Amino acid sequence: MALNNYLAERKQALASTKRPAMIMTHVVCGYPSFDDNWKELEIMQSYGVDLVELQFPFSEPSADGPLFVKANQEAIENGVHVEDCFAFMKKVTDHFSFKVIMMGYYNTVFKTGHKRFLQRLKDAGASGFILPDLPVEEAGELHDIAAELELAPIVLMTPTNSDQRLAQLAEAADGFIYTVARKGVTGSNTDMNSEVSQFIDRCRQHTELPLAVGFGVSEAKDVAFIGQHADIAVIGTAALKAWEHGKEQALSEFFEQLLG
Amino acid sequence: MLRYAAIQNLVSTMDLFNFNNGREGYYGEYGGTFLPEILHSTIEELKAEFRKAKDDPTFWQEFMELMQSYSGRPTPVTHLTNLSNKLGGAQIFVKREDLNHTGSHKINNVMGQGLLVKRMGKTRVIAETGAGQHGYATATMAARFGFDSKIYMGAVDVARQRPNVFWMENMGSEVVAVTDGQQTLKDAINECLRDWVTNMDNTHYVLGTACGPHPFPEMVSWFQSIIGREARDQILQAAGKLPDRVFACVGGGSNAIGLFQGFMEDKSTELVGCEAGGFGPGKGNHAARLAYKDASVGVAQGMKTYFLQNDDGNMLHTHSVAAGLDYIGVNPVLVHLWEQERVRFEAVTDAQVTEALKLTMRTEGLIPALESSHGFAQAILEAEQMSKDEVVLINMSGRGDKDIFTIADALGDEHWKQFIRQKSSEYGPE
Repeated sequence: MALNNYLAERKQALASTKRPAMIMTHVVCGYPSFDDNWKELEIMQSYGVDLVELQFPFSEPSADGPLFVKANQEAIENGVHVEDCFAFMKKVTDHFSFKVIMMGYYNTVFKTGHKRFLQRLKDAGASGFILPDLPVEEAGELHDIAAELELAPIVLMTPTNSDQRLAQLAEAADGFIYTVARKGVTGSNTDMNSEVSQFIDRCRQHTELPLAVGFGVSEAKDVAFIGQHADIAVIGTAALKAWEHGKEQALSEFFEQLLG
Repeated sequence: MLRYAAIQNLVSTMDLFNFNNGREGYYGEYGGTFLPEILHSTIEELKAEFRKAKDDPTFWQEFMELMQSYSGRPTPVTHLTNLSNKLGGAQIFVKREDLNHTGSHKINNVMGQGLLVKRMGKTRVIAETGAGQHGYATATMAARFGFDSKIYMGAVDVARQRPNVFWMENMGSEVVAVTDGQQTLKDAINECLRDWVTNMDNTHYVLGTACGPHPFPEMVSWFQSIIGREARDQILQAAGKLPDRVFACVGGGSNAIGLFQGFMEDKSTELVGCEAGGFGPGKGNHAARLAYKDASVGVAQGMKTYFLQNDDGNMLHTHSVAAGLDYIGVNPVLVHLWEQERVRFEAVTDAQVTEALKLTMRTEGLIPALESSHGFAQAILEAEQMSKDEVVLINMSGRGDKDIFTIADALGDEHWKQFIRQKSSEYGPE
């Protein structure tokens, strides 16, 4: 699959730099506005991020923490539709060199229709999708279509999963695996400690796909920690917080301390 | 031929929750378990514990005894002779879930789940609440069993159901006013899910209605089936026959499925679910998922069912005078029964509800909750057209005392307003 090759190349390229891990960032489509999104993405590109999640706003973002809940809600109130998210995604993938992953909730996909939604994702240049409320038991048909279209279905592994379950999840995954470093919603702090590394190592036993580590990454030492145990550091809430705090300047400063 | 088809389609209670020939947790194409992966093991644990309890006859016995000694079950069935005579049609009977401790059927499910929590060895419970009845019942259960508890309630609902909030807090629960989204029931459910993904180790989510991810629809239906089991015997005793029609309001749909299960195999008994028609048809005006044509199938809040949503799959605003019916989705079991033509769905507007409530108070001295009054309104409408030897049964799922502020507003009661003004002036400025 294209995404697997891309990540393998990027990982190789990493060896010749000081950066400890690949980077995936996150943007909520249309929040605060598509113009703001574009400026955020330009900064992310300038820091050489490898992947960007474009979140399609949903009215019931039950796996998200307060900041993303607000972002989802306000994007919808501002009149952002699924249609706009696809159009924006196309513009982004045409212009930037990082790969784009759609992130959202399953109802957005279900309502559009499995086949139609994935075809549109493909047409918009996406490399894969993350649907945190779609368990693998329910994902069979969607994943089959994704395989045909060469879209990676990104699966989540969590610290509460048994080894048996991790094996089952690995079976369904492609592209990379999103390992959730801790319990809770997006945006809370995670103490990167031995518990987290043990969990990541446990995931590693079940898959050879790159491992992304999400939830609570905000400092350079977090990225260094992830680099020791996994492949991709996921930067979500912390970047949006920086943008809210002081737009371009604050976001650049955030990435500077994180990756500079 | 038609008759034959109808019998073929008949779904028995046993079949509803027997997943041997289908996918576990599915009712037709509705239901399922759509949750973040982090809750997978928690839900598996709950499913296993519930299965054990369901297969253990002593568990149901323990549940029944608890409901008798603590909540006053069995609740009676009352013949509304005055109202029946006044309308001149069918004989109207009412299942008195309002006489439960805490004033509604919600306690049935809550005490049942409380027993399960004890078995699982968890020490903390969380719950969402709309009208506040489920939160009130959960706070009660937590106090009784010695659990820590936190109740999530939309800020809009906190404002319209202060009496229930008052009791929850005084029973030791922390009540959190949820200010996301529409600040109603669905937002409180999202907030519970967020709490649960963080604290699942010691926390059980006491979902209040027969919605959400499997096993909740089955589990809540099972605990609430105590209503229908009692009611069938009672109505046979009181009316000398089975009811021709059974009415229950449907928000999430737990009181309805609870009562309906008692009559599922009685082909001659028609089951009628009464949804919140609010201001009437039209997106955003109501919370009628099945009776009006504004809803479509979607996946949210853990389940696949009918939701009031737009073309993007984002949820619409809903409206009802009754906070407990003001919900975007509906019990997947009931959707299946609706498709099988076993349950008929009707919508009742706010205005009809107020009239039905006034009539019931005046003729019978009963105060049904605004939610339950939806069942009353539809039953009154239909009973009038039925013959005197026919029998209808309404589920009075809760009492209306909690709605005193809302009802007083709806009735424009001047004496009440005067009282509030006076009370307010006694308290003086903050």
